[in-house]
Amino acid sequence: MIRVSVPLRVGSVTGVAHPIEISGLVKAFGTLRALDGLDLTARSGEIHGFLGPNGAGKSTTIRVLLGLLRKDSGEVRLLGGDPWRDAAELHRRLAYVPGDVNLWPTLTGGEAIDLIGRLRGGLDERRRAELVERFELDPTKKGRSYSKGNRQKVALVAALASDVELLLLDEPTSGLDPIMETVFESYVDDFRDRGGTVLLSSHILAEVERLCDRVSIIRTGRCVETGTLAELRHLTRTSISADLARPPDALRALPGVHDLQIDGNRARFEVEPSGLDAALDTLQAVGVLSLTSQPPTLEDLFLRHYGARLEPHDHTGVPDRDTPRDRTGS
Amino acid sequence: MTGTLLLLRTFLHRDRWQFLWWSLGGALLYWSQAYSVDGLYTTQAEFDHAAATMGHNLAFIAMIGPARALNTIGGQVTWQATAFGAIVAGLMSMFLVGRHTRAEEESGRDELVRAQAVGRLAPMTAALLNALAANVVFGTLVAISLVAYPLTAADSISLGVGVTACGWLFTGTALVAAQMTASTRGMYGLAGAFIGATYALRAIGDVGTPLLSWLSPMGWYQAMHAFSGLRWWPALLLLAGALAAVASAYAVFARRDFASGLLADRPGPERAGPTLRGSLGLAWRLQRGSVIGWTFGLLLGGLMFGSFGDDISDVVGDSELSRSMFLQGMNNLVDGFYAASIVMLALIAAGFAISSALRPRTEENEGRIESLLATAVPRRDWLLGHVAVTVAGTVVVLVATGVGLGVGYALVAGDSGALDRFLVPVLPYAAPVLVLSGFARLLVGVAPRLASLAWLPLIQASVVMMFGDLLKLPQWLQDLSPFEHLALVPAESFRWAPFVALCALALALSAVGQVAFARRDLH
Repeated sequence: MIRVSVPLRVGSVTGVAHPIEISGLVKAFGTLRALDGLDLTARSGEIHGFLGPNGAGKSTTIRVLLGLLRKDSGEVRLLGGDPWRDAAELHRRLAYVPGDVNLWPTLTGGEAIDLIGRLRGGLDERRRAELVERFELDPTKKGRSYSKGNRQKVALVAALASDVELLLLDEPTSGLDPIMETVFESYVDDFRDRGGTVLLSSHILAEVERLCDRVSIIRTGRCVETGTLAELRHLTRTSISADLARPPDALRALPGVHDLQIDGNRARFEVEPSGLDAALDTLQAVGVLSLTSQPPTLEDLFLRHYGARLEPHDHTGVPDRDTPRDRTGS
Repeated sequence: MTGTLLLLRTFLHRDRWQFLWWSLGGALLYWSQAYSVDGLYTTQAEFDHAAATMGHNLAFIAMIGPARALNTIGGQVTWQATAFGAIVAGLMSMFLVGRHTRAEEESGRDELVRAQAVGRLAPMTAALLNALAANVVFGTLVAISLVAYPLTAADSISLGVGVTACGWLFTGTALVAAQMTASTRGMYGLAGAFIGATYALRAIGDVGTPLLSWLSPMGWYQAMHAFSGLRWWPALLLLAGALAAVASAYAVFARRDFASGLLADRPGPERAGPTLRGSLGLAWRLQRGSVIGWTFGLLLGGLMFGSFGDDISDVVGDSELSRSMFLQGMNNLVDGFYAASIVMLALIAAGFAISSALRPRTEENEGRIESLLATAVPRRDWLLGHVAVTVAGTVVVLVATGVGLGVGYALVAGDSGALDRFLVPVLPYAAPVLVLSGFARLLVGVAPRLASLAWLPLIQASVVMMFGDLLKLPQWLQDLSPFEHLALVPAESFRWAPFVALCALALALSAVGQVAFARRDLH
């Protein structure tokens, strides 16, 4: 009998453990609760977008995952282990790119890449050479003379050239030009296709829409939404503007319709997914001459959550805004 | 030039404390020479005798300058303070020029300023005027403090004018250096090397080839012959030199691009060498510059003290102050002097050990620790690499101190057994030195925000060592200094107990710090 030995991941042994499993994580700095009961799960083989404005707790979460900060309470499992206690062993299996890369002023970029690679336990030489070339990085310059974008490239080469299961990327493309962003995205895609898992913290929503399989949105240290992009879109409103045969006054009474403006025979409004059907029926009843509808974007979703800080939002019809929900299970 | 005055006002405001500390420190260098010479000798005959001995010591002459009128207080001040005073003025000018020119350009802040209604030459001109003003403050304080001492007014003023003119010249050369390299570090390297070269030229010149001293701006300052037939015209050489340097800096500036230097930044290796591996390799790479620098510095310091030879009994004099500083209650003056010198040099070596123990904190503060500790290196090992460099570096620095003392002494006294006599007593001082670095490591682990307090015990130990008996400090306060417990070899014979106790204390402090570091949040 031939046995094929397959390298087992801790996550696949039990069938339950995911590369990143966080529940109820709390981390306070003095009186400030940076993480206030955060839940987050990244599944094996997915690119998980981690969204939130500055100060929401994204970097703190990643630092807890890296074992740089010690959690106050809650459960955190990283690649099946404890990120604080097993830090060094776990780090062999992951690579990290900080959002603000600081290099040693007297070491060249090439030396820094090799150093980080050696400390992790080796680099894929072929991929290292390829990455240096694709990112158009000059590895002979000293750390102090790199621009922000080039420092970022040094960290990206060191991370992407390593053989790991998990990438923790904290706003990794800040400072990169659009061409380099494309190079970055193709490597991250490749990495996922080889079975790797990625936690991508970002606030470049277009990048998240292009790359991510699932997304978690956090606000003030808590996860407020999580799910696939398609699922999250269901949570947001479609904007509709229509020219009609008669004034559509019946719209005023419909649940789930917001920001309604009726101007003679024209109507503009936003409608929740649950009210969409009824709204279209109403429009049809008065006679539709022309209609444009805009699907919700991640940006709308994001602004719905954070716009609330700027202007009080009407949350009726959208229950449990602040409790984390995982939509993929349904 | 639009905006020059506005920028200058900003610079003066930002630098007001720097002006004060540099100038006060520099003026103190001059004034304290007068004060200590006055304190060391009780009679003029004693002073004459010491002056004759010193004046024939070529090592002294090489180190500080041509010996003139050494049996007067003014002559002593001129001799002891001018070379170092010029160096202080040079360093102050270099840092003041660098921080407003190349450092601003490198960081990109200069770009913001230049995007405003500011003339092309304005930032550089403001930086120039700012440094010139600082040197005026320095020179004025020197002159005032010496006139007030009181020493002859004209000669006192000439020492102030000379140091200001030296500072102006070094301001000019620093401005030239700022045009040469694209990095601030490189600029400081060039400007510092120039100051070092002027010092070395006059050292060689003063010992035997007077022509060389005339090639050195520091030599021009000393050629003013304050307190021994004052002449003013060499100051004109300094002014002419300053003018020439500033003019060439402006000429280069007009021809170069923003953010570039005349010398291209040298590319480094594309791949890491075989030693840049593991936490020890990294710690060594990051600290090796400091280890090498301190090693040379203390070798030089050892040579300096060693080259007093046996003349020491003539030089030191017989006052209360010299008894307190050098004799430490001993009877044999030569042995007492060397035992005290060893403690002094060990205190300086503690400067290395403390800064080395604080290095991990710098790495953490500047955000370089994150990418490292995201690799498979456990924090404990990462820190251990730095600990190893601190301990080994401390031993190396102390060995250099002992070798310097031994070689210096052997050269002057012709005693080939001197190496043993000095090297062996220096080494046990690794224990108190490591106690201070252990305290620094404890702070880094337990109270990282207070890490800079690590320097306090060194200040305390230095005060106790130099003035403890003189100020009649209470015994418990003196005992707090780890340097007070070792036997004063060669004046006393070595005792094991205090040495072993200090080693254990150093180990305990460091271990607690390391464990605390492994358990705390990193930022």
